[in-house]
Amino acid sequence: MTRSTGILMLTVSSLALYAQPGSENFKKYQQDIPGSSISFTMVPIPAGSFTMGSIATDKDKKADEMPQRTISISAFWMGSFEVSRDAFDLFFRDETISQNSTVDAITRPSAQYIDLTWGMGKEGGFPVNSMSQLAALMYCRWLYNKTGVFYRLPTEAEWEYACRAGTKTVYFFGNDPKDLGQYAWFNKNSGNKYHKSGQKKPNPWGLYDILGNVSEWTLDHYLPDALENTPDQSKDPVAPVNKSKYPKSLRGGGYMDDAPAMRSSNRIKSDPTWNKRDPQNPKSKWWLTDGMSVGFRLVRPFVQPGPDEVNSFFQQYLGK
Amino acid sequence: MNNEASPKNNPSRRDFVKNSSLIAGGLMAAPLLSSANFFSGSEATIKIALVGCGGRGTGAAMQALLSKQKVKLVAMADAFRDRLDECFNTLNADDISEYSSTVKNLKDMIDVPEERKFTGFDGYQKAIALADVVLLTTPPGFRPIHFEEAIKQNKHVFMEKPVATDPAGIQRVLAAAAIAKQKKLNVVVGLQRHYQNSYRELFKRKDLIGDITSAQAWWNNDGVWVRPRQANQTEMEYQMRNWYYFNWLCGDHINEQHIHNIDVINWFKNGYPVKAQGMGGRQVRKGKDHGEIFDHHYVEFTYADGSILNSQCRHIPGTMSRVDELLVGTKGKILCGAGSIVDLKGKSLYKFDSSKENNPYQTEHEELFAAIAKGEYKFADAENGAKSTMTSILGRLATYSGQIIEWDKAINSGLDIHPKVYAWDATPPIVPNSDGYYPVAVPGVSKYF
Repeated sequence: MTRSTGILMLTVSSLALYAQPGSENFKKYQQDIPGSSISFTMVPIPAGSFTMGSIATDKDKKADEMPQRTISISAFWMGSFEVSRDAFDLFFRDETISQNSTVDAITRPSAQYIDLTWGMGKEGGFPVNSMSQLAALMYCRWLYNKTGVFYRLPTEAEWEYACRAGTKTVYFFGNDPKDLGQYAWFNKNSGNKYHKSGQKKPNPWGLYDILGNVSEWTLDHYLPDALENTPDQSKDPVAPVNKSKYPKSLRGGGYMDDAPAMRSSNRIKSDPTWNKRDPQNPKSKWWLTDGMSVGFRLVRPFVQPGPDEVNSFFQQYLGK
Repeated sequence: MNNEASPKNNPSRRDFVKNSSLIAGGLMAAPLLSSANFFSGSEATIKIALVGCGGRGTGAAMQALLSKQKVKLVAMADAFRDRLDECFNTLNADDISEYSSTVKNLKDMIDVPEERKFTGFDGYQKAIALADVVLLTTPPGFRPIHFEEAIKQNKHVFMEKPVATDPAGIQRVLAAAAIAKQKKLNVVVGLQRHYQNSYRELFKRKDLIGDITSAQAWWNNDGVWVRPRQANQTEMEYQMRNWYYFNWLCGDHINEQHIHNIDVINWFKNGYPVKAQGMGGRQVRKGKDHGEIFDHHYVEFTYADGSILNSQCRHIPGTMSRVDELLVGTKGKILCGAGSIVDLKGKSLYKFDSSKENNPYQTEHEELFAAIAKGEYKFADAENGAKSTMTSILGRLATYSGQIIEWDKAINSGLDIHPKVYAWDATPPIVPNSDGYYPVAVPGVSKYF
């Protein structure tokens, strides 16, 4: 399977209503969620190109992070924090929409069978956890409905580009993980739980907890040979949507993971065991009974697609 | 599991046999099996029948088929044809990678032609007859009848919790459990914490906290599905579809879910409460599609030695959510969810390594089928399953009535909340009032005995 380019990136043929990156319209902003006191911050990630994949001198590099490729990325905004439980709950508790419907375009996740925060924290700025990629994307669809702004998950390429923030080292702060604790919650300092967002130092582009805390869903279907099959000089590549539920790609590592999992190039693939303690078959589409360190972060393409394109994007990923 | 309660509230073996001849006539007449006589054909394949084809039944069937023994699903039964078909299709999927990394699909292990698919209220008898092992995964109200039949037909059993919804059902299960023991039929009950590594390790070390003096148990969360009434349904069909909200089928959520946590305390206390008193009601979940059950219960259970279990369960969205157990002893505490034991000052005495956690739903089938394949008699979970179910029912009787309810009185009350007739056109034991709402228990007014 090869990666497609551009299909999902929704380049807009209609008149762009936004100014170009670099202009005053391309800066950090706060997105309020209507009808609530909740907001989140988006930071600009300028267009550019970078070398994707693990560097030759990285002793922890893995086969699925090779070979390196030069990739160019269009401008987008990215959430400075992982999506919060506070924000996600506005969607999860929105009684104006159905729950777990098979026909409605926007539908809420079913109730959690048991409390999948496992006592780690809910209100007050904790990242939301234990959700499937489907639930994360359904939240994006709900948010589009609420705000009129198209938010989605980042592609693997966008994520790595934003995480590296122009750096070419193993971690965005260098090659030695000794300083990792200043930037990330991981197995050595997390106390085996996630923490409120924004307590560690951000990466150079203002992204907090981009490493550690909760790992972050991407749009890509996980392909072990993704880079192998991505031509050099590709623009905005993504592994296309795949009918199969597994595996999908995540990035960034979580609070249970060790330092090598925090490397900018590290890739994580979703696994059926993340739902092993779900007593029902079919398993929940929405929640992971054993994916307690899984979360997500939003991006917003600089060039916003039109309503039809947005709709077809969600149809493609959500199947309706 | 070996739970010897105090003699006072533990009927003797002789009582069981006496009861069983009354309640379960014919059960004893069957010949005892030799321990290895589980397969009925020339090839040593263990035949499985699934009774109850909902989400949990589908899960249990898949776990049985993935139990690493030579097994075959040969019969299926469900009240509803559509549920049976959904289950059959899920099990027959081309690709089960969502469930197993080792097995591509289960098609070779499923041999359920049309003539071995049974629907309606009596399909269970025919399905059970065709198997060596039966999986009983219908709504809990039917469990006593199904379990009794399985033991009568000399089958090994996996049955889900809870195992009844009223004291009359508990007595039937206890009687059949005694006979299962005599016949050396393995019985596993889906109180899966008994099969979960962290709980097993904590249990081995429970003496670290000395004598258990009090305990707390929680099942607080958002609640479960609702299946709204459809046009052209009889009242019986509607209740069978939306079964969670009717006590004869479900026993209220204190029974259907919170039993897990209550059962852990019984297990670690090595006994059952002698009385219960508590409070509960319907604060949020009180629509026409919510039947008669409460959305919250808080019960204090008292054990024979005077120690107390404070148990709480709540199904209200947006509230504090916790599913857990905590035991306090003379020397420390066991925090079950965290897999840790601490002394009274909070210093760690033991911490379970969470990377060693298993999937208990799978383990219970692996252990059951391994024993059956070897011809071993290893599992007799039914008695504890019945008594932990009775504990939950005791809690419900206490919250509904607002009275102190004694174990001995309740278990011997003969209280039976089941329909007289199981048929689609029969009247269920509870029906809506003229306004479409169901009668609900009122503490201080509602009487049980």
